[in-house]
Amino acid sequence: MSAFSRVLCVWRRNLDVYMVTWKVNFLPPLLEPMFYLLAFGAGLGGFVKVVPYSGGEVSYTAFIAPGMVGISIMFQSFFECTYGSYIRMYYQKTFDAIIATPLSIEEVITGELLWGGTKAFISVAIMSLVVRAFGYMKFPDLLALPFLAFVCGLFFAGVGMCYTSIAPSIDSFNYPIFLFITPMSLFGGTYFPIEGLPGWAQKVAIFMPLTHVTEMTRAIAFGRWDAALAIRAVVFVAAALLAVRAAVLLMRRRLVV
Amino acid sequence: MAPAITATDLTKKYGDAVAVDAVSFEVREGECFGFLGPNGAGKTTTMKMIYGFSPVTSGSLHVLGLDIRTRARDVKALTGICPQEDNLDPDFTVRKNLVVYCRYFGIAPAEAAKRADELLDFVALREKSDAPVMSLSGGMKRRLVLARALLNRPRMLILDEPTTGLDPQARHVLWEKVRDLKRQGVTILLTTHYMEEATQLCDRLVIMDKAKILVCGPPQELIAKHSKPTVVEVWNPPPEAVEWIKARNLECEKVADKLFVSPEAGDAFQRELEGRFKLDQVIVRRGTLEDVFLRLTGRDLRE
Ligand SMILES: Nc1ncnc2c1ncn2[C@@H]1O[C@H](COP(=O)(O)OP(=O)(O)OP(=O)(O)O)[C@@H](O)[C@H]1O
Ligand SMILES: [Mg+2]
Repeated sequence: MSAFSRVLCVWRRNLDVYMVTWKVNFLPPLLEPMFYLLAFGAGLGGFVKVVPYSGGEVSYTAFIAPGMVGISIMFQSFFECTYGSYIRMYYQKTFDAIIATPLSIEEVITGELLWGGTKAFISVAIMSLVVRAFGYMKFPDLLALPFLAFVCGLFFAGVGMCYTSIAPSIDSFNYPIFLFITPMSLFGGTYFPIEGLPGWAQKVAIFMPLTHVTEMTRAIAFGRWDAALAIRAVVFVAAALLAVRAAVLLMRRRLVV
Repeated sequence: MAPAITATDLTKKYGDAVAVDAVSFEVREGECFGFLGPNGAGKTTTMKMIYGFSPVTSGSLHVLGLDIRTRARDVKALTGICPQEDNLDPDFTVRKNLVVYCRYFGIAPAEAAKRADELLDFVALREKSDAPVMSLSGGMKRRLVLARALLNRPRMLILDEPTTGLDPQARHVLWEKVRDLKRQGVTILLTTHYMEEATQLCDRLVIMDKAKILVCGPPQELIAKHSKPTVVEVWNPPPEAVEWIKARNLECEKVADKLFVSPEAGDAFQRELEGRFKLDQVIVRRGTLEDVFLRLTGRDLRE
């Protein structure tokens, strides 16, 4: 068996668990965008008609649809490799069972992270079809979204896993969630352009990964295939690889005693 | 035949705490080798080093002819493991647990299905194939863990307290399975707190205490060497009886409310004791591994 096929075994295990209850699992990415588009499009959109975007104006609903995709990427992958991985590691002893076979802990963690990215992929794939059905975004541009979701998801999965490697208990995940994840989901250019923030807050927002993820999802949604998108994509590929590497090393330190 | 395991000055430290302290032993290919010892003696830690789960701090350890430091992956491919703590996958059914586990060994799907069914029969869990793991009783879970450990047709089987929590029937069934595997030439490492189990199954065993190996040998040899042929147990002996026994210069030890005496002739001693002190709770029996264990590791309970 090659190292890659060993990593894939772990990924397959998680996919198998996911598919056992696939009907339930497909529901959130199907319903969430409907609720959002309804609430913001029909509801809030009645008051906020247009938002400035890239020198012009776009409808509020068209603006937040890609924001919603960005949030989903972050949530899906981050939660999978914090709560999900922690439960498998600590409560279910799944990792212990697997590393009693020819697989190594490095391969187990890499498989977990790939799965975190895959969760973002699946969720965004379903979501973008719903958004398309509402008439926002278009083919073939939106086909790029799940792949972008995978790369950015891998990054958030890696960051989440790094925290998992030092998490003293399952309750402690509240720290990164309330300190980083929730603020990013609100201020990362998701529900309104970051230009709407006071100057100092804009400077903070620039350093939030999610800001750049929503910049990318929005660029794709509006078909703006420009250099900024390419640069951000390359940076995220590098950041994802770095996060994976760090997560594997840190988890090794936690689990090999 | 080359030994299955050779450990020399094998040591494991967790930080500053020494869990296994420079132990040396050899396990022969095809034998059932036991690890006995009080809680915290270092048995599980030794096992974990043997299957490459826990890195060796110092000393040398060769398993199935391979250096565990560099060849852990190959050792794991040849070994089956029943860990002390059940770690079955609660997200899957009984059969799916086995099928998914096969993948980690690179066993192809068709072969995996075949082995899963074979082993479900072997541990008598065929009817439970589609049951969620959570719905199994403790003993059934133990059996499923055994089945899982056999999926890769291991040359060596590591059983860390395989019968803890099993009812007597289930325990006898598991013993039978272990003997079966031994007949097939599988080397077996067994940890247990049941002395009878160790006596029945192990060709040789070690008794560990406080991270060290105290003795090593076949159970009967250890019994002959470290315990008396006859042991008399006296429940709640009155002080006069204790005085009387002590006056006769017999070796005796008190554990909780029981007195263990080792006279030359057990039956005569029992009659005399019962007659003199109107005792009716006196038992005569042969020395066992439990006597050896208690004598060597001390009779009082430790933290
Ligand atoms: N992961 C760990 N980190 C720190 N100390 C540990 C760890 N695992 C075991 N120990 C310590 O190592 C010592 C030996 O533990 P071990 O689990 O090997 O005992 P054991 O002989 O298997 O006991 P039992 O019969 O209770 O299963 C104990 O003092 C234990 O506290
Ligand atoms: Mg133990």
